[in-house]
Amino acid sequence: MCLGIPGRVVSRETEDGLLMGRVDFGGVARKICLEHVPDVALGEYVLVHVGFALSKIDATEAHKIFELLRELDQLGELSADHEPSGVEP
Amino acid sequence: MRRPDAEQGRRLARHWADAIAKVTTRPWQIMEICGGQTQAIVKFGIDQLLPPQVELLHGPGCPVCVTPLEMVDRALAIAALPDVIFCSFGDMLRVPGTRGDLLQLKAQGADVRVLYSPLDALGIAQKNPQRRVVFFAIGFETTAPANALAVHEAERRQLHNFSALVSHVLTPPALTAILQDPGQRVQAFLGPGHVCSVMGTREYEPIAAHYRVPIVITGFEPLDLLEGVWRAVQRLERGQPGVENQYRRVVNERGNEASQALLDRVFEVCDRKWRGIGLLPKSGLRLRHEYRAHDAERVFEVDDIQTSEPEACISGQVLRGAKKPTDCPAFGTLCTPETPLGATMVSSEGACAAYHAYGRNRVPAARLALGKPGLNGALS
Repeated sequence: MCLGIPGRVVSRETEDGLLMGRVDFGGVARKICLEHVPDVALGEYVLVHVGFALSKIDATEAHKIFELLRELDQLGELSADHEPSGVEP
Repeated sequence: MRRPDAEQGRRLARHWADAIAKVTTRPWQIMEICGGQTQAIVKFGIDQLLPPQVELLHGPGCPVCVTPLEMVDRALAIAALPDVIFCSFGDMLRVPGTRGDLLQLKAQGADVRVLYSPLDALGIAQKNPQRRVVFFAIGFETTAPANALAVHEAERRQLHNFSALVSHVLTPPALTAILQDPGQRVQAFLGPGHVCSVMGTREYEPIAAHYRVPIVITGFEPLDLLEGVWRAVQRLERGQPGVENQYRRVVNERGNEASQALLDRVFEVCDRKWRGIGLLPKSGLRLRHEYRAHDAERVFEVDDIQTSEPEACISGQVLRGAKKPTDCPAFGTLCTPETPLGATMVSSEGACAAYHAYGRNRVPAARLALGKPGLNGALS
């Protein structure tokens, strides 16, 4: 139940006085309540719990994993294999 | 939003596992709070990637598991009424009450419906004005904003035939209860990432300071969990309690203040009994007086509830991290997902169900040799 599903907001509309929108979960879109993230823009990612988007996902923070990968790549060029990695993230 | 591919994921996982092994110099016990985290740990074998000194204890964060038996029995009594349409999240249907479960009641003809969103219950109430529609509003701070909005909307739309059977629980009092237990072994927590996306991280600061434990707010993906463990072990090794946020792409210090305002408007804090754990002061949410017309506990008077739990079930100790599912003599024999004795074997977020689903039904040889106390019953 605490498992939030990440998805991308593809539409916003008002329905019965509530802010709703379609959220795309990797190809499957569902109607989701957006009342808790009223400033969400089309194309932004949200985390959805029981039909409600409760938080936005920060794309900059999410992208940081690739910075770590780049660091590991650079390290990989210095040493032939990755084990042990020898780097503190 | 781009995600690492499978090979990149494997490299990152190896990197974190190496980093954890490198900083670990002695045994540590770390508890993950959320059932979703437990499920991911067991499913992906995160615990098996860790050095042997680092043990993960599974926490109480399975909302279905901790819903008190009295409330399950009350749900069964209400759902059995002929004019009621009883709506619930799917996980609740197989949770054993004192006599049967909601699924059995449905098989006997009761109108029990599984919903994805509590808003769907409002639609059902609108379409069935001659019936009484009840939503079983359970869960932690992640489902509470959705349920609060549903009740608030029912009031706004004057849907008099809609009510909610509210049994919400709050996470911080559970951490405090575990830390106050004299026999407890938890030295650090992986904090509940999604709860904190709503509530922020501030309410964990006083707990970390008072009990001098690290609390690392952690996500639910394998790489999040490995990074969370690395951050927790580093703090333990340095003797550095405090709150740290691993899940920065979703969680900030303040949380979702609009959701918090709605929670405060619809609910008030109350004492709540947790199944398997007992009464925890100020650990629950109930509807405020202004919403009493939508409070199923007031609308339906079903007070004559006598509860009893199966004696063989140790789910209370599993929920507190005191025992592992495999310590239970009934695990995988008397108690299976088809014939659950306790709620921890029902919900996908329950530790017993996760161990059963991902083949952790054998006791490792090393533990047999140690003769853990919980095993005696299983072997005799």
